[in-house]
Amino acid sequence: MSTTLPSRQEVEDFLYREAALLDEWRLEEWQEMMTDDAVYQVPPTDVPEGDARNTLFIIADDSVRLRSRVKQLLGKSAWAENPPSRTRRLITNVRILGEQDGCVLVTANFAVHRMRYESVDTYIGRYHYKLVRSGNDFRIRERRAILDNEALRPHGKISFIL
Amino acid sequence: MEKATPRYIIDDRERGIFRVNRRAFIDPECLEEERRRIFDRCWIYVGHESEVPHPGDYRSREVAGRPVILVRGDDGAVRVLLNTCTHRGAFVCRQRTGNAKTFQCPYHAWTFNNCGQLVGVPGEESYSDAFSRDELALASPAQVSSYRGFVFACFDRNTESLPDYLAGAREYLDLVADQSEIGMKVVPGEQSYSARANWKLLVENSYDGYHGLPTHQRYFSFLGDIGIDVRSRNLSRPPHQIPLDLGNGHAVVEYQSAWGRPIAHWVPPFGEHRKAHFEETRRRFEERFGKERAWRICETSRNLGIFPNLVINDIMAITIRTFFPVSPDYMQVNAWALAPVDESAEDSALRLDNFLTFLGPGGFATPDDVEMLESCQRGFRNREVEWSDISRGMKREHPAITDELQMRAFWRRWNQLMTEPQVRRARRAA
Repeated sequence: MSTTLPSRQEVEDFLYREAALLDEWRLEEWQEMMTDDAVYQVPPTDVPEGDARNTLFIIADDSVRLRSRVKQLLGKSAWAENPPSRTRRLITNVRILGEQDGCVLVTANFAVHRMRYESVDTYIGRYHYKLVRSGNDFRIRERRAILDNEALRPHGKISFIL
Repeated sequence: MEKATPRYIIDDRERGIFRVNRRAFIDPECLEEERRRIFDRCWIYVGHESEVPHPGDYRSREVAGRPVILVRGDDGAVRVLLNTCTHRGAFVCRQRTGNAKTFQCPYHAWTFNNCGQLVGVPGEESYSDAFSRDELALASPAQVSSYRGFVFACFDRNTESLPDYLAGAREYLDLVADQSEIGMKVVPGEQSYSARANWKLLVENSYDGYHGLPTHQRYFSFLGDIGIDVRSRNLSRPPHQIPLDLGNGHAVVEYQSAWGRPIAHWVPPFGEHRKAHFEETRRRFEERFGKERAWRICETSRNLGIFPNLVINDIMAITIRTFFPVSPDYMQVNAWALAPVDESAEDSALRLDNFLTFLGPGGFATPDDVEMLESCQRGFRNREVEWSDISRGMKREHPAITDELQMRAFWRRWNQLMTEPQVRRARRAA
């Protein structure tokens, strides 16, 4: 069964709202944008199209780990983000690629700046989303941040939600 | 007049005081000395044979400041070639990875085969009779050798052989290599990251048992959340935890851990359906190695530091980690996962999943380690505080892994190499 694809504006509104929640560290509200079985992945910089089952990723969270990640980030002992860094996300080139298994496939480019201890690190890449309809809104079933950076240098880490 | 040798460490065994002068972490001259006295003299890890399984497979990477090619030639031998055309210098290999019969320099089209021999020179007739293809083969480090699949290079021909150099670390490499009857392999996917910190801070951190609970609180609470009882094992009681000086600056900590080990230490989050399979794996190890060694392979975790900059941590998964200083306050880090070649797809997925819970730049622990190292480095700007203290457990008869014996083993070797008079080595006549 095929569903009508959403408009780009609907998807953009959703992604901009997501970016704002993340930049404002409103991670519990952000988590509500995910489905219960959501997956969050960051592939390694040398195998950007890899599969987490047979490739060493940087992040490959299932829903249990993702919930734990959020809890940790909002707690006190995720030292790499305590005190929290400032982030600012620029989301552009949003495209709706089609529909697959009841999900809307979306891609968007990102530049995420992280400011901490007077350094600015910029993460450049693209997102791949699998979105599911939820009333007039969406939920994220899969969120993959694919880095164009050839290495996490000088970033050193992905300690926040990219 | 020669400059006085700086005093880098205080090693007072009688009083039990060990200190490191923080100049070792911040002084550009110290880094220059390290390049000459350590990285140009010691055996340095290049890669694993499994990364180039077939003739012609290659990986280009940087090792001790040199761009090199790890390549398996058509003759089956694994070589390390220096990535510079012997003609005028350009890279002959411009890809990170691939398979090639030959490497052709794009500048003047000199061509080398995958064993490094010069096989093509456009307009060769223009050279004199003295021109020699043999002399102009791609160069290699002074020594290249491998141990159980781990390939090392050494830029000094006078350094002892690799097995002698590895000393007591060989036993611990064996405990990793023996985890498969066929062989171990590096899994695709390289974690390439960095830290704004001196490289030796990562050496210390990689086998530091003292920082575990405070720095990694959130990891242990995550383990609790997924149903692992972190207090079920007394982490501070010998003999199930041993720090060892392995000679030549190498050191290890070996201990029983709360986390599961995909090789054969089952924990509830791995699922009941895997329990029998884990027991079967352990039985096979017992058949091959006897109960005690099988117990070590399956049950204990090991953080191994091979001097100067190779870490092999066989913990909730196996990571190979190597790092090079770019400046006193910045290093580049590369990390890989190592796994049995014959592991099933399902077991391999579990291993990678377990790896990511703790390890790597997006794990629940490594980012906090990087944060601590960077924090130390910023703290060193207070030059009024000259020394760091690494005395913990120095007078104890049976040191614990939460002591600092491992770091002292590293620092003693480091200090020896950095301060011993440099004898100009006479070129030995053949």
